[in-house]
Amino acid sequence: MINDKNAQKIVDIIQNFARKHSIWVLAYGTGCGAIEIPPTMTSRYDAERLGVRGAATPRQADVLLVTGYLTVKTLKRVVRVYEQMQDPKYIIGFGSCTINGGMYWDSYNTIKLLDKYMPVDVYINGCMPRPESVLGGFAELEKLIAAGKGDGATE
Amino acid sequence: MGEFFSLLLGAVVTFILAFFVGITYGGLTRIITARVQNRIGPPWYQNLLDIVKLFSKKTAIHHGAMHFMGPAFIMVTAVVSVLVIPVLNEGRWFPNLNFHGDLIFLLYIMTFGPLGMALGAGQTGNPNSAIGVTRGLSQMVGFEIPWVMALVALMIQYQTTSIVDLMTIQVETGTWIAFSSPFAFMAAVMAMFGMFRYAPFDIVGAPSELASGPISENGGKYLFVMMTAGSVFAFAKLTLYVDLFMGGADNLLILVIKTFALYMIPVLYGVINPRYRTEQAIRWFWGWPSFFGLLAILQAVFF
Repeated sequence: MINDKNAQKIVDIIQNFARKHSIWVLAYGTGCGAIEIPPTMTSRYDAERLGVRGAATPRQADVLLVTGYLTVKTLKRVVRVYEQMQDPKYIIGFGSCTINGGMYWDSYNTIKLLDKYMPVDVYINGCMPRPESVLGGFAELEKLIAAGKGDGATE
Repeated sequence: MGEFFSLLLGAVVTFILAFFVGITYGGLTRIITARVQNRIGPPWYQNLLDIVKLFSKKTAIHHGAMHFMGPAFIMVTAVVSVLVIPVLNEGRWFPNLNFHGDLIFLLYIMTFGPLGMALGAGQTGNPNSAIGVTRGLSQMVGFEIPWVMALVALMIQYQTTSIVDLMTIQVETGTWIAFSSPFAFMAAVMAMFGMFRYAPFDIVGAPSELASGPISENGGKYLFVMMTAGSVFAFAKLTLYVDLFMGGADNLLILVIKTFALYMIPVLYGVINPRYRTEQAIRWFWGWPSFFGLLAILQAVFF
């Protein structure tokens, strides 16, 4: 860290600019939501032009995309994946299932509200959200990163 | 002492030039791939943003000393090869550390980085890394044969192991070695497909099969070092090809045009091809490329 406050501010601006334009996504495709990721990435919606790119392993990823419902068992694995990611890291909750349980609202073995277990930064509503709203979610995350508020883990 | 400092300054300038040219080529490659797939693609400076972001990430991955040194080995290879390979015909602005026999030295040092990375990947204990290393070394066995054959043909034909001598010969005779030894050029260009690891020879990284292979345990600053070294090394390899086969370059503009044209061969071949399996890739390299390499040696010995 740099001691001079003004110098640190400039470094922060540069770093946040690079971070918001280079988002490497680890899609944890638990539910049906993963089907909306390929059209977002490929030629119709082309997320790469915004710097959004798929990451192969949690070590390289910036954003964990939890696409759909989580059972109690998969929740354990998702938390392990999240712990392997390197700071600063963000979580996007994808679809109604991560917000209120969605169509699994009365299921005995799925969790209802993801935010109670992991620090979610952005929710994308819908069942399923279309690629437009996925891109909208990424745009929202970019705003948070640019403002330096994106790190849900440090709250 | 003054000569020493000018050498040092030249080395730094060459490295920075190689970094920026390499990183721009990487960004342009992503745009071209995107256009072929009917996408818009990222801006040309996207790789630079990626590198700044990777550098700004905190990194808390510990797998042992060898794992730390893996990216360093790649960096050493990139820096040493960019220092030994002459950038321009007239080396006033870019003094190099070239010497007689640097072609043989380069043959060794260019495999040093991947081997060091293989050791580092081995220590992570990740099964994907182990499979990636196996594939990478197999592919290296494949493309090194036509590559070495092409270089040996040049050494026999022109009776020298110095890159600068080969460049001088091309300037004096006025013809590129690509025309006077066409088979060596063809073998070397086909070996280049394996060196750059674009499709169909991207069997080492293979994101959908191997979770990016040897680098699957490396994130943040490790990847920063690797991407930087990769950009520099790509420029070094392209400059070596231009020096050996395409008559070198008199100024930077000609160098950029020649290297970019050369770089587009594996890139454009890659965007229209799916991925080979490991044994298919090796069989490809031991087929026509090695045959052309053999022809090049025969031409060098008998003509």
